[in-house]
Amino acid sequence: MIEIKDIKKSYGSHENKLSVLKGISTKIEDGDFVVILGASGSGKSTFLNVISGLEYPDSGSVRYDGRDITRLSDGDLTLFRKETVGFIFQQYYLLPHMTVEKNVRMGADLAGNSDYRKIIKSVGLGEKLRKYPGELSGGEQQRVSIARALAKKPKVLFLDEPTGALDEQTGRQVLDYISALQKEHGFTVVMVTHNLNIAQMANTVIKMNSGKIVEISGNEAPKTAYEIGW
Amino acid sequence: MVVGIKDTVKLIGISVISCCAVLVCAMFLNYYFDVLQIEDLICSEQAHVFYHAQVLVVRVVCAVSGGCLLVTSVVMLFFYIKHYIDSHKKELGILKALGYSNMRIACNFWVFGMSVFAGATVGFLGAFLLMPEFYRYQNEDNILPETVISFHPSLVLYLVVLPTAGFALLAVVYAALKLKKPVLLLLRDSLQSGVKVRKQKNAKERDCLFIDELRRDTLRTRKTLVFFIVFASFCFSSMTQMSASMNELASEMMGMMMLLMGIILACTTLFLAITTVIRGNTKTIAMMRVFGYSQKECCRALLGGYRPASYIGFAVGTIYQYGLLRIMVDIVFKDMEGVPAYEFDFPAMFFSLGLFLVVYEFVMFYYSGKIKKVSVKEVMLE
Repeated sequence: MIEIKDIKKSYGSHENKLSVLKGISTKIEDGDFVVILGASGSGKSTFLNVISGLEYPDSGSVRYDGRDITRLSDGDLTLFRKETVGFIFQQYYLLPHMTVEKNVRMGADLAGNSDYRKIIKSVGLGEKLRKYPGELSGGEQQRVSIARALAKKPKVLFLDEPTGALDEQTGRQVLDYISALQKEHGFTVVMVTHNLNIAQMANTVIKMNSGKIVEISGNEAPKTAYEIGW
Repeated sequence: MVVGIKDTVKLIGISVISCCAVLVCAMFLNYYFDVLQIEDLICSEQAHVFYHAQVLVVRVVCAVSGGCLLVTSVVMLFFYIKHYIDSHKKELGILKALGYSNMRIACNFWVFGMSVFAGATVGFLGAFLLMPEFYRYQNEDNILPETVISFHPSLVLYLVVLPTAGFALLAVVYAALKLKKPVLLLLRDSLQSGVKVRKQKNAKERDCLFIDELRRDTLRTRKTLVFFIVFASFCFSSMTQMSASMNELASEMMGMMMLLMGIILACTTLFLAITTVIRGNTKTIAMMRVFGYSQKECCRALLGGYRPASYIGFAVGTIYQYGLLRIMVDIVFKDMEGVPAYEFDFPAMFFSLGLFLVVYEFVMFYYSGKIKKVSVKEVMLE
């Protein structure tokens, strides 16, 4: 379980100080599919960065099974990310000089996972192991980044606008892969998006506005990627 | 204006190399022109032999040092221009899309020649400061008639004006050639375009660990930087050993000058190369840090591959300095009396190697700190 307590975060100083997170508290259960919803500038990406250990908050705590990651040193935080979390970003951030296989090994080697080819197959890229990112479509590149994140066997998968750069059909396909893999492996999913429809796939929806949580709602019957609107 | 004077500041490496090359060449060539004027005054056989040895030394030193540093400066200039175009693809693409011709854009790159002007001017002035001591050393046994320091305007032309003009022209031509790309290719994301697809050769290569592959890939895609690392360690090795070995062959001033030049050239080139590696791999480092690779692993993957290259450079520098001094003693000074015997200086080599290891590892340690400071958020906000 992730327990988030009174997280505050601001950028700049003095007159230019911009408060991005204004005291956020919530809990995320293991195996949950959480969508963080909000308009541009609402603080959702910063919130994701803080709870995933990419950034330190100014104050507050983020506890993973009781362990506060905001108190960890940079080295320990790196180790935490290595052992616990996976990331998928809107811009993919694949290494352009490396094949699909080598990009996925970036994650797999961290977990000593020798079965990474199965994951590549499970995202439908079994035939494209030796291709380079530049030879793939946007959707395929995002699937490589999914495989890369899952190859390190994360307990929590963080996604920042994973379909933001994709068309509707490819976006649905990518979400379908994520949803299916979550059901298969049972990891926790925390996804940031501004697309209201995607929230229908989640068990829990956290709505943010101006650095605060304005609503947390549950979804008793989450929809599949092909049932939601776009 | 696409390229400004402030961009040439980044070409400090070229300025330092030009400065060293012009300093050495100006001192020796000025002496050469002055000593030519006293040829008719030489009477004794011994003085004639000494005179011809001096003239030969000037030719060898200018050809070897000047030539070697000139080639390195040209490689560095091309590297900078390519790097500049790669990192400003979008701006250049927009200019081309607006209708600016390749040549019109490339003409702005003439300012890169100013880095040579700055270095050459400092080197030329520095040479005149050191010249009295240099002239005194060259004829310290008073074998030749007194040689007076004269100013030769032609040297300004050959060592400052022509190199500046040549490098400016070279920069424009090279930039024009590099800009010959479709507009769309320049406008597209630089990460995705221009990546050469390379098929992996064998199963062993395919099965290697990600970190090992990244290390190979960093070396493969940045061959110019391998050259710079080899050059840096070559300079360090040859200059420091030569300065130590020259105790009996030359003056302390010459030895000290070589030592300083070696260290400055090596450090400048090394810093340039490693800075480029780090800057060129910011996204890779950021992603590795996000995924949980430690600072040590990032360093090993990106910088570890250059260590063998640095040792190769050191070995080549050792052989080079031995060969050069051997030629000086056995060929240039063979007819002269009183030239001490020269043997390979093992203590100097071990001292140089020890110092090199300390400097190299210090630079690597400094840059591992830079890797730690790579901001994941900045990369993601791009």
